[in-house]
Amino acid sequence: MSRPTIGVLALQGDVREHLAALTGAGADARPVRRPGELDAVDGLVIPGGESTTISKLVDIFELREPIDKRIADGMPVYGSCAGMIMLATEVLDGRADQRGFAGIDMTVRRNAFGRQVDSFEAPVEITGVPGGGFHAVFIRAPWVERVGAGVEVIGTVTGGPAAERIVAVRQGNLLATSFHPELTGDPRVHAYFVELARTA
Amino acid sequence: MPENTASNTGSAPVVGTARVKRGMAEMLKGGVIMDVVNAEQAKIAEDAGAVAVMALERVPADIRAQGGVSRMSDPDMIDGIIEAVSIPVMAKARIGHFVEAQILQSLGVDYVDESEVLTPADYANHIDKWAFTVPFVCGATNLGEALRRITEGAAMIRSKGEAGTGDVSNATTHMRKIRQEIRRLSSLPADELYVAAKELQAPYELVKEVAESGKLPVVLFTAGGIATPADAAMMMQLGAEGVFVGSGIFKAGNPAQRAAAIVKATTFHDDPDVLAKVSRGLGEAMVGINVDEIPQPHRLAERGW
Repeated sequence: MSRPTIGVLALQGDVREHLAALTGAGADARPVRRPGELDAVDGLVIPGGESTTISKLVDIFELREPIDKRIADGMPVYGSCAGMIMLATEVLDGRADQRGFAGIDMTVRRNAFGRQVDSFEAPVEITGVPGGGFHAVFIRAPWVERVGAGVEVIGTVTGGPAAERIVAVRQGNLLATSFHPELTGDPRVHAYFVELARTA
Repeated sequence: MPENTASNTGSAPVVGTARVKRGMAEMLKGGVIMDVVNAEQAKIAEDAGAVAVMALERVPADIRAQGGVSRMSDPDMIDGIIEAVSIPVMAKARIGHFVEAQILQSLGVDYVDESEVLTPADYANHIDKWAFTVPFVCGATNLGEALRRITEGAAMIRSKGEAGTGDVSNATTHMRKIRQEIRRLSSLPADELYVAAKELQAPYELVKEVAESGKLPVVLFTAGGIATPADAAMMMQLGAEGVFVGSGIFKAGNPAQRAAAIVKATTFHDDPDVLAKVSRGLGEAMVGINVDEIPQPHRLAERGW
């Protein structure tokens, strides 16, 4: 598989930016809104957006079970921001009825850095992504408060009041970041995920 | 294009940058933002799958019916809504009323709508939106107006439509106009962009950027008169990246069900089978007013320039 087909869950959020970043990273990228479209992809990106909305639409359009099943079968998935929340086994400060895919054994706190006036840009170090520090954009972003034994912490904020906060993790074929590499034009995180999908 | 002037070269986090402000709107794409006047309505909107709520004292249909000067909402009411929901909360300031905007920023709202639905506070100047950490959305009826708002710092644009009517015709006019003018710019040879900028009354650099990219540099939503799932889907098919629904939900017979239907219709805007399904059994839509029957001085879209 030289050019993996990667879907972007296209129910709501910054789908176009992820499609562009994946294409730039060498994937055949396409939107996924229906179970049949999910069947055709080798990996899936859950974009930034509003996690409560995405969670609702996943149920309404009957995508929960097929996505859970693909994750259990080892499909690579990358979630940014709302996508990270959707991949967490436990969410703090979410809605009671909000449900993710229970993919990564971690506890994330929604809107952890504050409201939009607190949204920020800051440098992040990511293990396994070559080329030095990563300039990250955080928008009403979550952070990770706890990770289970099988979860590798690959990124933390390197400066300022949020220093040391966990903002990127990986568990097997599942990858999640609090920030939005799709907004900054730096292709390294998407390249890392496409490589993960290619070799999975 | 002026960016936030704070240095971004060190390791310190920087807030309020153009990227963070515009990026926030990118996260709302494909979603529905609903007008609410109290915490109870805000919860209904969140339950229905809204990506954000717009807190205001009276929905546009009531502003229209009751008349008088319409202003920023009471901070207590905005606080109540912020407390009630976990999704982003937006609120409206009058055109040019930079102090209302300062107050909204202090309250912690996630986006300020400098809105023609309220009575303008300044008939010459809009707010200098670069001066704020909170991002702004502004209305536009055409490309020149959109670009002037972006020049002033708007991080998101919505086509104005005619608020409080339930008549979608002005929303379609404005969306078609903006998209048509963008297509025209993209077709022009480089040496004609200077005059195009003059005609659009917008800065050349911004006009050139739009001509090259074929889109606005910020997210474009639609607003003003959207009352049904079909209205929302049509606006999405016409190129809107998301939908504001004002009076259309809470002036209708069954708000919760209608709100949820409009959310589904926005996501599956290009699938008539889904649209047919979600359009069933919604009860009474808002009564509505034909825009043609509104005397010129009472048309909200003509506020702002």
